[in-house]
Amino acid sequence: MSANENGSVTMTGAQIVLQALADQGVEHIFGYPGGAVLPIYDELFQQERIKHILVRHEQGAVHAAEGYARSTGKVGVVLVTSGPGATNAVTGLTDALMDSIPVVCITGQVPTHLIGNDAFQECDTVGITRPCTKHNYLVKDVNQLAKVLHEAFYVARSGRPGPVVVDIPKDIQFMSGTYKGVSNSQHKSYVPPREGDQAAIDAAVEAMAKAKRPIFYTGGGVINAGPAASKSLRELVHMTGYPITSTLMGLGSYPASDKQWLGMLGMHGTFEANNAMHDCDVMICIGARFDDRITGRLDAFSPGSTKIHVDVDPSSINKNVHVDIPIVGDCAYVIDQMIAAWKARNPSIDKEAHARWWDQIETWRKRKCLHYRNKSDVIMPQYAVERLFALTRGKDTYITTEVGQHQMWAAQYFHFDEPNRWMTSGGLGTMGYGIPAAVGVQMAHPDSLVIDIAGEASVLMTMQEISTAVQYDLPVKIFILNNEYMGMVRQWQELLHGGRYSHSYSEALPDFVKLAEAYHAVGIRAEKPAELDDAIREMIETPKPVIFDCVVDKTANCFPMIPSGEAHNNMLMGDDLTDEDIENAISEEGKVMV
Amino acid sequence: MGQPGSAYSLEKPEQKLETHTMSVLVDNEPGVLARVIGLFSGRGYNIESLTVSETEHEAHLSRITIVTTGTPMVIEQIKHQLDRLVPVHSVTDLTVCGETIERELALVKVAGVGEKRVEALRLAEAFRANAIDASLEHFVFEITGRQSKIEQFVALMQPLGLVEVCRTGVAAIGRGPERM
Ligand SMILES: Cc1ncc(C[n+]2csc(CCOP(=O)(O)OP(=O)(O)O)c2C)c(N)n1
Ligand SMILES: [Mg+2]
Repeated sequence: MSANENGSVTMTGAQIVLQALADQGVEHIFGYPGGAVLPIYDELFQQERIKHILVRHEQGAVHAAEGYARSTGKVGVVLVTSGPGATNAVTGLTDALMDSIPVVCITGQVPTHLIGNDAFQECDTVGITRPCTKHNYLVKDVNQLAKVLHEAFYVARSGRPGPVVVDIPKDIQFMSGTYKGVSNSQHKSYVPPREGDQAAIDAAVEAMAKAKRPIFYTGGGVINAGPAASKSLRELVHMTGYPITSTLMGLGSYPASDKQWLGMLGMHGTFEANNAMHDCDVMICIGARFDDRITGRLDAFSPGSTKIHVDVDPSSINKNVHVDIPIVGDCAYVIDQMIAAWKARNPSIDKEAHARWWDQIETWRKRKCLHYRNKSDVIMPQYAVERLFALTRGKDTYITTEVGQHQMWAAQYFHFDEPNRWMTSGGLGTMGYGIPAAVGVQMAHPDSLVIDIAGEASVLMTMQEISTAVQYDLPVKIFILNNEYMGMVRQWQELLHGGRYSHSYSEALPDFVKLAEAYHAVGIRAEKPAELDDAIREMIETPKPVIFDCVVDKTANCFPMIPSGEAHNNMLMGDDLTDEDIENAISEEGKVMV
Repeated sequence: MGQPGSAYSLEKPEQKLETHTMSVLVDNEPGVLARVIGLFSGRGYNIESLTVSETEHEAHLSRITIVTTGTPMVIEQIKHQLDRLVPVHSVTDLTVCGETIERELALVKVAGVGEKRVEALRLAEAFRANAIDASLEHFVFEITGRQSKIEQFVALMQPLGLVEVCRTGVAAIGRGPERM
């Protein structure tokens, strides 16, 4: 390293990487070494500012970075090698893109003169990751490296966040170049919006004030906008007194314990939330994107309501559903603007209509859609999540999940009062997300209780990351709702395919307790409802990584459910289904969907 | 439950297709065209015509002109999705931005003798196409104009011995003194 006359510093590409990370405030990176990133690993070895966490698979590195990012609001950072390192990261990158998680992934590349020659461990990383990143770069000039890295962080965290790949050929890592620090100048082409258009906000507040059957429908965008946005959301919702529901991704931005909270909406959302969405006259959508898991049948989605949509990404507006009042802006700013406009207006709202609306909502709530028949001889999965929630109350808890029924039960029966506490793969639905995400969360919050609510099939996709948890003393808890089935697949086969359970039974499962022990973690098993509480307590008390094998009812289904191709007010409920209902639940057209 | 025709992901209610011309100002950097094309193929949008060239050398800016068709909702999506790409500076939907001029250049090769050859030359004159290469058996005409004019010219050449056609795609710019 040497300083030039003009104050700029000359260093190698690998040193530039470390310097840029440090200047971006990075403390932890998740990675896996290989030939094309060895110069960077060599620099890592010779410094102490940045801690590297060695994962066991590059997909795990990205999910860990996602968990880290989602639970802290910071950018998660990944370092992987060329070729197979980069291709292994693709699932994680796609996951981060779908759920708008800020991640910077540095990939090694073969030396520039070999690019295009089918060199050993070469792949077209920018080509492969172009559709699964928010943006990506191949750095061919060492003097551009610092600028590109800083820009990568800016792009990853700004506007609608997302993953960014920086592909660095090995010769560039060795070469000397000029380091430039973080610049404050505005990016030349990418400048995401912040405040919303005042006229649109006034129009929105006017519609809200006149509403007779209003509802807030919020999503992950509120969480991405930072804790201040969640705080403002609470203020706005309290001020209006209107009911609120949220997507899977938005859980925690509004406290589940509050009386205005209707629970999650969508395919496995609550009866009250979905019916209120269907019947509302004004819908205030903030930071959600009218995903098909939410809307159900589009032509019957909330017919007749005036729709307000706040989103930082204009391409989310009018994509699936036509909205009446679009507001492009960052939720953190727009919600405050709405609060100000509401206060300035001091509207006289139709209290009588609202009382009737709440009465209606109460009758839906009385339907107790999350009720299930508990059993005394076998643990019901819903009961297991309820007990887990009860026994972790008051603790500083973070939850991750895998994908399947357990994920939906976690969303339904574990309740969140704070944002950034719930990490789940929503958009991509990636089995194997939960364990590495828990590793990332625990790295960021070493003293907190981090639990992956898991399925026995999903965890086997990234089980090796338990080894990472053991290596770094990360006491994550893998709480497996073991139904011996790919339960969600089994449920769909029951509803759609005449109960022909084609390849959805998890045969030859490992003994999870012994598996834990093989990893030098702790294994716990509960098989009867009577032993569940003590076993959960033991798990919580254990200061090491735990794999908890919770043996649950094998054929329980996840309800309520809006079958594919149906409207919000046409839900299947768990407690009163006949065999015939199940047979007829999904129309022929619905069967072509997923 | 289970009414037929209820599925939300089946064909959306028929909306009229519109053709729009978009002008996209981008950083002229490696891969930028791949990003634009990848966006269209990945999201199932149509490209009817695409032209690209660096237009501001100092600033390393290129202008991409894309002609596309879709429902009004899809056209709106295309505009926003393009705008979302990091190296994209601006997207102008020329079709909704008042008056625009659109031109395309085509090279049209026609082979033949006798009557047909004379007729081809006569038509070329009427269309203000220039013969830029010729032998006793063929012509190559250069023709500039709106897409419809070129289509028409090519159609007329068909029975007169059309061999092949090469077209540049549409270049478009707004009328009047303002920038796009
Ligand atoms: C990587 C990946 N492959 C396949 C799927 C399709 N899929 C969705 S849920 C599911 C079953 C999950 O089984 P398990 O983890 O045991 O959870 P359960 O539904 O039983 O709670 C499958 C195979 C997926 N979401 N992700
Ligand atoms: Mg299972």
